[in-house]
Parts: sequence; C-alpha cells; structure tokens
Amino acid sequence: MNPFDLFASVSRSPYAHARAEKKNDGKKRIGYFCSYAPEELVHAAGAIPFRLFGARRDIRAADAHLQSYCCSLVRGGLEDALQKELDFLDGAVFPHTCDSIQRLSDIWRLNAGFPIHFDVVMPVKLNTSSARQYMIDVLAKFRKDLEESLQVSISDDAIVESIRLYNRIRDRLEKLYLIRSGNPESLPPSAMNMVMKSAMIMDRAVFLEALEQLLETLSNTKAQSGGSKRKRILISGGICNHPDIYDVLAEAGGDVVWDDLCTGYRYAGGRIDESADPIEAIADRYLTRMACPAKHLSNTARGEHLLEAVREQKIEGVVFLLLKFCDPHAFDYPYLKQFLDDKGIPNILVEVEEQPAPEGQLRTRFETFVDML
Amino acid sequence: MADAPEKARDPEKEKRKIKSVSKMKEIMTNYYIEAKTARDSGKKVAWITSGGPVEPLIAMDVIPVYPENHGAMIGASKMGVDLCEKAEEMGYSRDLCSYARADIASAATNGGPIGGLPEPDFLVCCNNICGTVLKWYEVAARYYNVPLFILDTPFVHREFSDAARDYVIRQIYEYIDFLEVQCGKKADFDRMQEVGKLSVESMRLWQAVLDVAAHKPAPMSAFDAFFHLALIVTLRGKPVVVDYYQGLLDEMNERIRDGIAMVPNEKYRLLWDNLPIWYKTKWLSEKFASHDACLVADTYTSAWSGVLPLIDENNFLETMSVAYTKIYINISIDLMIDKLREMIRKYDADGLVMHSNRSCKPYSLGQYDLQKMVMKELKIPTLIIEADMVDERQFSESQIDTRIDAFMETLKS
Ligand code: SF4
Ligand code: SF4
Ligand code: SF4
Repeated sequence: MNPFDLFASVSRSPYAHARAEKKNDGKKRIGYFCSYAPEELVHAAGAIPFRLFGARRDIRAADAHLQSYCCSLVRGGLEDALQKELDFLDGAVFPHTCDSIQRLSDIWRLNAGFPIHFDVVMPVKLNTSSARQYMIDVLAKFRKDLEESLQVSISDDAIVESIRLYNRIRDRLEKLYLIRSGNPESLPPSAMNMVMKSAMIMDRAVFLEALEQLLETLSNTKAQSGGSKRKRILISGGICNHPDIYDVLAEAGGDVVWDDLCTGYRYAGGRIDESADPIEAIADRYLTRMACPAKHLSNTARGEHLLEAVREQKIEGVVFLLLKFCDPHAFDYPYLKQFLDDKGIPNILVEVEEQPAPEGQLRTRFETFVDML
Repeated sequence: MADAPEKARDPEKEKRKIKSVSKMKEIMTNYYIEAKTARDSGKKVAWITSGGPVEPLIAMDVIPVYPENHGAMIGASKMGVDLCEKAEEMGYSRDLCSYARADIASAATNGGPIGGLPEPDFLVCCNNICGTVLKWYEVAARYYNVPLFILDTPFVHREFSDAARDYVIRQIYEYIDFLEVQCGKKADFDRMQEVGKLSVESMRLWQAVLDVAAHKPAPMSAFDAFFHLALIVTLRGKPVVVDYYQGLLDEMNERIRDGIAMVPNEKYRLLWDNLPIWYKTKWLSEKFASHDACLVADTYTSAWSGVLPLIDENNFLETMSVAYTKIYINISIDLMIDKLREMIRKYDADGLVMHSNRSCKPYSLGQYDLQKMVMKELKIPTLIIEADMVDERQFSESQIDTRIDAFMETLKS
C-alpha cells in the first residue's frame, strides 16, 4: 500500500487497525487521551501507546456515568470503552490535565474493566525548579509502575532508544508540515490530520518507515512562489477528530497550512535530548515545548506562540476549533482572539459537540470567512 | 441562613431564627469595607482561591479577597445571570464555571452587589479545588497585570506520593518567598505559627458547629452552614473568627437544650452534595421543610475542616500544605465514597441529595458513580438535581419541584 493510502485507512478505522496489528505483533496496547502521556516510556516498556480521539457516535452507556456537560473526547472515549470497542487495549494512562480527564480516570478505572491503569499526576505549572523536580519524580514513578504492571524491566538504554525513535518521528513530521506549508497543493487537505492520527495509533517503527516513504515521494516538491489566490489558514484548539473540516475549508478556498492542536503540531514540537539522563530529558521536553492550556508556562505563552506561528507561516486567517465543554481552551479563547485582533488577523470560532455543525452551515461560514481575507 | 419568611412576625418562626446571623453580617460588611479601602490604609490586597492557604497572608498583614465568595454573593443576590451574560459577550463560553464568568464580568464592569472586588496587588491560586481557578487567575493576572503565584497541589487518585509531598512543601516556602517580595518585608515565622494556631482553632470550632446537626432534631441545617461558611473561608486565622464560631456554637447548644429544631417536625434527614444553589436556597429549604425534611449536613462546608486531623499545630506550614492537598474535592471517587459513608452514618441521613452542578466539573463528574455506590452499599434513596450554583438559567423550577416530591414519596414509603 502506498504510505498515503495506509494513513488514510488507519485514521479511518483506528480500532480495526490496532486489532489487526496486535494480532501480528502481540504487543500490549496502552490507551491515552492527551499529549502529556509519556509515550516514550510506554514504548520503552515494549507496549504501543494508542491515542483515543473521542468517538463520533451516540452516547448511551457513558450517560450513566458522565453528565452531558462534559467534552465529547471524555464522553466518547468512555462510551467506546463501555461498549467494548476497545478490546485491543490492555489499559490506559491518564496524565493529569483538566478536571474532566481527572474524573474520567476514576470512572474509567472503576468501570471500564481494564487490568492496567496508570495515573501520571504531573505538575500543572511548568516554569519552576520544584515543578521540574516533581515532573522528573513523576516520570520516574511512572517508569516503575510500568515495570510492575507490564512485568518488564525498562533499562536506560531502552528509553534512549525509544527517545531516538520519537525524535526521528517528530523530526520527519515537522518536515512534512514544512513541505505542506510551503506548497499546500503537495498533499490533499486532510492529509496532515490523517498522518498525525496514524502517528499516534500505529506501531511507531512501522509508522516512521511509511512516513519516510511519503517524504521520499515528496522530495521534489518545490515551495510555491506566491501569487496563489488561496488563503493560508491556521487551526488552533485541542484535538481535531473531524478531517472533513479541512476539506470544507479547502473547497471554500482556504488551505490549512499550520495548526496549534494537540493532535497536530503540538505533538510534533519539541525534541528530547539524547545525551542527557533520559527521564530528565523527557521531563524537559514537557517543560519547554508549547504548553496546553491545562498547564501553565506563563500568562501569555500561548498567545505569543500563536502570533509567532502566524508570522512564521504567513497565516492569513485563524480558525479556533474548540470542543464544547472544554474548559481550558474556552478560557484561553477570548485572550487569544484579542491577541489576533490586535494584530489584525481575522479569526473565527467553530465549536464542535459530538458532531461538528451540519456541513452546509460550516460551508457557508467558511466561505464568508475566506472571502473576507 | 434558613431565610425564614419575613412577613408577619410569627413567634414560632422568630424562635427558629439564628441570633448570631446579624453579627456575622456585620463582620462580613466590615471586612469588605476594609478590603475596598485597603489602598487608603496602605495595605496590600491579594486575591486567593477558597482552598488556598490564607494564613501566610494574614500573618503578613495582607487583606485576602476571595473571588469565589464574591461569586456566591452574586448568586445569592440573583445578579448571576446578568453578569454571566456579560462574560459571554466578552467571549467566555456559557459552559464555563459561573463563579469565574460572573467575577470576570464584574471586574470589567464594576458590577455585582458590591460594585466589583477591590483590585488585587497580586494573586494566589491553589488548584486543590479545580483546574478552572488556574485559568480564571490567569485571566485576572492579564487583566490587572499583577504577579500570580500558583500553589500546585497534585490530585490524589489513589495515593499521595512522597514526591507530591515534597513538591507541595517546597512550594509553601516558595509562597513565603513570593510574599516577602510582594510585601517588601521579611516573614515573621512566629506570627505565622500564631495565625496557624488560630486557624486550627477556627477549623475545630467550625467542625463543632457542623457537628451539632447530628443531634435529632437538628438545630441548624446545611443552608445555615452555607451562610456561616464565609468566615472560615475568608478570615480563618483571625481572632474574630474564633470568637464568632464560639458564639455560634454556644447558641446551637442552647437550641439543643431548648429543643429548637430548624425544621419543625423534622422527620427526614438528608445529606447535600456539592455547592449550594445560591439563588434558590430559600426556595429549596422551604420545599424540603414542607416535607418535614431537613438537609442536616453537606459535603461542601466541611471541606475547610475535614482535613483537620492532618494538621499539626506545631508544624503548621508544612502539614497544612499537605492537608490542603487532600481536601474532599481533590481526591478520587473511591476516596470520596469513604467520606460520604462516614457523613451519612454520622448524621444518620435518610437520603442523599446531589446537586449536579454544571459549573463545577471536578465536584460533579463522578457523582453518578457515587450515587450508585451509595444506593448499593448504604441502601438509601438518592436524588440528583441538575442545576448551577449561580447561573439561574440552568434551573428548571417546575421540574425540580416534581422531582423533589417524587423523591420524598420514595423516602416516606
Ligand atoms: S488540549 Fe492538551 S490537555 Fe487537553 S487533551 Fe489535548 S493535550 Fe491534553
Ligand atoms: S482538555 Fe478539553 S478536550 Fe481535553 S479532555 Fe479536557 S475538556 Fe476534554
Ligand atoms: S469549578 Fe468548581 S471548584 Fe472551581 S471555582 Fe468553579 S465552582 Fe469552584
């Protein structure tokens, strides 16, 4: 299969893919919901981290455990677990981020029926030396917990090897981002979304190979020399489980060339020092890469970062894509918008519930927005 | 406050009124006047979260101000919807905590019952209650352009690790350093110890006040606890709190002696979970009273004294920081059920009423599981009320009225 078809198929049916993959490799699968899950350690333990994106389906079983005022990532994830859709998982890891994930961890542990469960109660602030120390302690403890639950021993060498793999993946992902940003026509609109999803689902070594193949086929891509009438868009938010949004935007004349999503560029950003103590090095990536709104780097870090990306990628319009009931992102929205408004960067807000708004409605909004740019 | 109807001076109702209430109102009024005029008297003002360690502020002569208490006042004075709508116009989603929305809008418009809070010189945010306060205080820090100290108290899922203990203890000293810089003076640790003793004493008295409701019939209800809570939240560590709660406790013991119950003919005793519905306390207390039911206790007001056993007066700072990390809302569901069980037994509750509070995810998510555990294990009826503590648009009176009636029928049968 050519790499692109592979990513399309994996991202369309992640569960089926994981099931098939597991049959072959027999490796454990550990689910996670959030980019603060220390994947490198899970991988070093011989398991494959599997990201859950929240299902796009009617919620039934999860309604008995979660109120309706809770984001679709949390509700959808629990629904799939209770419906036994996640039978290929051996357990899940919950890094501490928002209030909803915090409670989901309890509810999941008590109801989902997986033998393995990890809470990684990371610091919320990332900008002090005691927080750094605590982050290191928490990661060291997670390593121990992994060893116990998966009955393996994790050597420093294994962690370093895993770090190398992840660095290479992130490096290649970043390359792909830059190619597409330089020439949006080089890949179909929702390609990045599919690649990023696959990056969090597939066996990482297999993924890297396919990604490198894809880069190979793109190696002759030339950056566009300007003059295109199409508009350059950045998507900002948490997770994006709706690739069709990219297509609708593209049809309206806007290319998503960059993002600030945790299922997007935030995942690719930041490298881990391969020569330092591996646990400290993993901690340091978390402390320095762009933070999520559930963590604190500074009062304005996210706004500054957004403006920087807008400048560097020559962004003409920003789409805020927020999950309904996601508190951390909703709190940041007014100030991020203000930052953009002050610089005259047009932006719109799209709120996604379990399903995004009907396509027709989105189309009209995007067309109006792109026309305005 | 049980909010006995004002109309005719029915001696029966007069008798049930808690006399200390007027004193309490006076203390709170003075406190807000002092806070609002702090600039003139050269004192610093700090905004602090309700679960945050206020004692060092008091020891440093800083006036603590509580946006959450302000939120409660806004709710009780039924100004919540208006302010929440203003926040929504500012771009804050309707799904965010209504304390935060109301307070953010009040700051921008000088609105609300006291025309907005006094401006902070700095902010102290302790996330032992939720992640919302982190985002809310970031908003305030940008708005007022003042320093923000974050006391990060790791959530206790199943265990409280040594690393977490070290982390909070290190932070309590960073907090003191921060205060020294903000106040431009050295911390006086003897004073800190004294304030700590007073704080512990207030918590002890507050718990004793709450405990009186274990008596049958209960001399006060959870609604009274909601009202009297403001002092332990805002001013613990000050002598006036000790005096006040001592007086209140004496009054309660007198009521027990005189056989005065808050709900005449108390037949059913209920436990309340989550924050009050501030704009409906009177309606709710009358509604339950009409069924001869008294909400004798709640999981909310005891949050400030529940960790008392973990605090060592002689090592106040460190033990307090650990204790504040283990409060009711910062622990996992399976630890919460232990506390619920304990309270249901202690107050001999016949039923549990849970306020599923749209504003407060850390308190509300998980309630459905807790409800099932209570029904299964303790075999008492439970009721869930879907509402919001400040945003009245989320309260459907007729629906809740019917549900309470139905719940009381199950209880009676
Ligand atoms: S936005 Fe951040 S905190 Fe929220 S799920 Fe994504 S990575 Fe986690
Ligand atoms: S950060 Fe937002 S999207 Fe992620 S789990 Fe929390 S509420 Fe949901
Ligand atoms: S989310 Fe809950 S705990 Fe946090 S400020 Fe709002 S009501 Fe208080």
